[in-house]
Amino acid sequence: MTLYDQLPALLIAVPLFTAPIAYLLRAHGLPWAAATAAVVMTFIISCSIAATVIGGETIVYEMGGWPAPYGIVLHIDALSALLAMLVTGSSAAALIFGAKSLADEVGEEIAPSFFAAWILCTAGLTGMVVTGDAFNIFVFMEISSLSTYILVSAGPDRRALVATYRYIVMGTIGATFYLIGVGFLYMSTGTLNTMDLAARLGDVTELRPVLVAAGFITVGLALKAAIFPLHSWMPNAYTFAPNVVTVFIAAASAKVSLYVMMRIDYAIFYKNIPNHELQLALLLAPMAILALFAGSMLAIYERNLKRLLAYSSVAQVGYIALGIAMSSVAGLTGAIVHMFNHGVIKGGMFMAVACLALRYRSVNIANLAGAGRAMPWTMAAFVIGGLGLIGVPLTPGFISKWYLVLGALEQGGFGAFLVMVILASSLLAVIYVWKVIEVAYFKEPRANAAPIEGEAPLVMLIPTWIVVLTGIWLGINSYVPVTLATLGAETLLGAR
Amino acid sequence: MITIIFSLFLLTMLVLVAVAILRTDNLFTAVMLSGIFSLIMAANFFVLDAADVALTEAVIGAGISTVLFLGALALTAEKDRSPPVGSVVPLISAVALGSVIIYAVMQAPRLGDPKAVVHNHVAPWYLEKTPELIDVPNVVTAVLASFRGYDTLGEVFVVFIACMGVMALLGRVRPRKDSIKLTEYEERSRNLRHHLIPRIVGKMLVPFIVLFGLYVQFHGDFGPGGGFQAGALVAAGVILYSLLEGDWRGRELVPEWFSSLLVAAGAFLYASVGVACMVMGGRFLDYSALDSHDPVHGQHLGILLVELGVGMTVTGVMITIFHAFARRGVR
Repeated sequence: MTLYDQLPALLIAVPLFTAPIAYLLRAHGLPWAAATAAVVMTFIISCSIAATVIGGETIVYEMGGWPAPYGIVLHIDALSALLAMLVTGSSAAALIFGAKSLADEVGEEIAPSFFAAWILCTAGLTGMVVTGDAFNIFVFMEISSLSTYILVSAGPDRRALVATYRYIVMGTIGATFYLIGVGFLYMSTGTLNTMDLAARLGDVTELRPVLVAAGFITVGLALKAAIFPLHSWMPNAYTFAPNVVTVFIAAASAKVSLYVMMRIDYAIFYKNIPNHELQLALLLAPMAILALFAGSMLAIYERNLKRLLAYSSVAQVGYIALGIAMSSVAGLTGAIVHMFNHGVIKGGMFMAVACLALRYRSVNIANLAGAGRAMPWTMAAFVIGGLGLIGVPLTPGFISKWYLVLGALEQGGFGAFLVMVILASSLLAVIYVWKVIEVAYFKEPRANAAPIEGEAPLVMLIPTWIVVLTGIWLGINSYVPVTLATLGAETLLGAR
Repeated sequence: MITIIFSLFLLTMLVLVAVAILRTDNLFTAVMLSGIFSLIMAANFFVLDAADVALTEAVIGAGISTVLFLGALALTAEKDRSPPVGSVVPLISAVALGSVIIYAVMQAPRLGDPKAVVHNHVAPWYLEKTPELIDVPNVVTAVLASFRGYDTLGEVFVVFIACMGVMALLGRVRPRKDSIKLTEYEERSRNLRHHLIPRIVGKMLVPFIVLFGLYVQFHGDFGPGGGFQAGALVAAGVILYSLLEGDWRGRELVPEWFSSLLVAAGAFLYASVGVACMVMGGRFLDYSALDSHDPVHGQHLGILLVELGVGMTVTGVMITIFHAFARRGVR
């Protein structure tokens, strides 16, 4: 076997191998260095895998050399490769960005376990997107969830503990629902491999357990993906987590649950349960539409910048859920591209917020008066991100909304309503983004406010701008995500 | 027939105990009852012929969890101060969820039906191929450590992260005003030493528990057992010793740096075996590559090593968490 053939396994093996080492490194700065090395490595591997699958190929890697369905296989197609790039890329970007600020926020004492958890969180999320086994998804879901709890609980504010506790309870319910569903699927088919499940479900005559499984799995994943009204864990988890952790989890973690939902609901249930697309639409579309409005409205009335962006994420997850509910190539392409693009946009915005928090020692919007002059580069990055959230042309947000609108127009009369909903929600995004801009650029700082040291340090500013420029690049030339997403959507719907 | 009657009896007991746990406001009683709950559950698994799972449930559910709960209780009050608030919403959702599951299970195959799908797809292949490909008598071990060894690797890391999580959270809890000083705590933990009979009898048990743990560890290929159960047993031996002789003596026996080293080293060993297989020219976790002449011998070696990794991590995690809890609230 050449090194090239081993790449899929190395994607998981490298971080798993590094995590225990990082945990044992007690010297200053070394755990961070180990984590960064491992995560950058996985990012390079996933880019190289993406370059292979963009031609329409699917990579199958048999773990332990045992063929499916007896052993566990990794199954990487365009969709998994795109998500793997998102997970490893945002993890690497956040770690490099946090080289300085993480040392401030996370104490020396817990640094080894914090960075070990960071590596494992990346491995867990990557493992979920590359595996071809329904139970293996659960195992890596556990790895990613438990390590995310550690990352969130490291927040400097003690309210981080309460937020984590809430997250643990909701996350555990979500994962348990998923497991119950997989249990029923195993009972009905005797297999756990996703391809084999899809093939064998066709012969199952007693559909009751399968239907219940579909319900449990979809609702459990909706809970983990924070689709409104199951989002209650998300705003506080994002708000009280260390700033750099928020960059990573806001960019990647909910997306992976949405990915699994697409995989299971389309690759497995879509062909085997009669009218499954209707069931899915009836469940997801109302939740998505509510999410678009409720998330945006909550963001408009929010005073804490991090929580504002978290509520905005609730709305943005709504767009993705809406695309999933459409069950058409255009709708799914829109959903997949938006997963990727929103990850880039939100990641960049939370980086800007971390820069602001470093200088202002507060993320209350009212305290940020004058930030536009004191920190021009940071605020410019934030504004470009905000334009992406709204969906202005030449930003990545425009590309994904374009495909969502195309998908909606295919739906006939109801589609026109969906287009209105998408446009109205984008206008609401204008309001909450403007709210921040107004304070930062047009409000005089209070007379007694402490003077600001000036722009954020270059070690933070440069990674922020690399992410922002990546976003602009994706808005102009969206070849990679759109090609991978279209391939992915066609595979999911069985059109290929 | 007798199996069904026995199962019915056990399940009824299970429900009764569960209701009793909910209704009691004495935490000590609740802890004892949850130990009994796990024991009944273990018996249930045994009736269903899942000896490995039964062993794990007995050791972890009835043994270690009970000890951890008691350790926590020793530092807090015995009575639940705020009685549980009765609310209708959780009741309704629990009943609704339960009914959905029952609705689905009504179409499940009968217990032990040889025609059930689960017995006719991958399971026969495992039974047929294990002697030829892996050659261990216990097929459960073959599936767990080799055929689905990638899952088990993930599970070891779950245990590893859980330990890191508990340590990170306990490290953040600031000592309360009424917390005790270290000397006072050691004084208190020495108290059990005055109870001569449990101390003498208990200490006699410790070597046998550890020996049995080692037996379960290295006999996992042949009978029920393996790293998860063995790790819990060895840790139970150390924890029993700490309870009888005082936590400080336990920490002398297994220092904290050593138990946390075990946690990481076990997970590292498992991952390294996987990487070693790649270096030897096979796929990740393909133990056959470990011996270029005899793939079956490679499988034996691989399973031995990964089970050892599992055992190390589980032992380390249990002991680390026990010490951390026992010292909780100490300034």
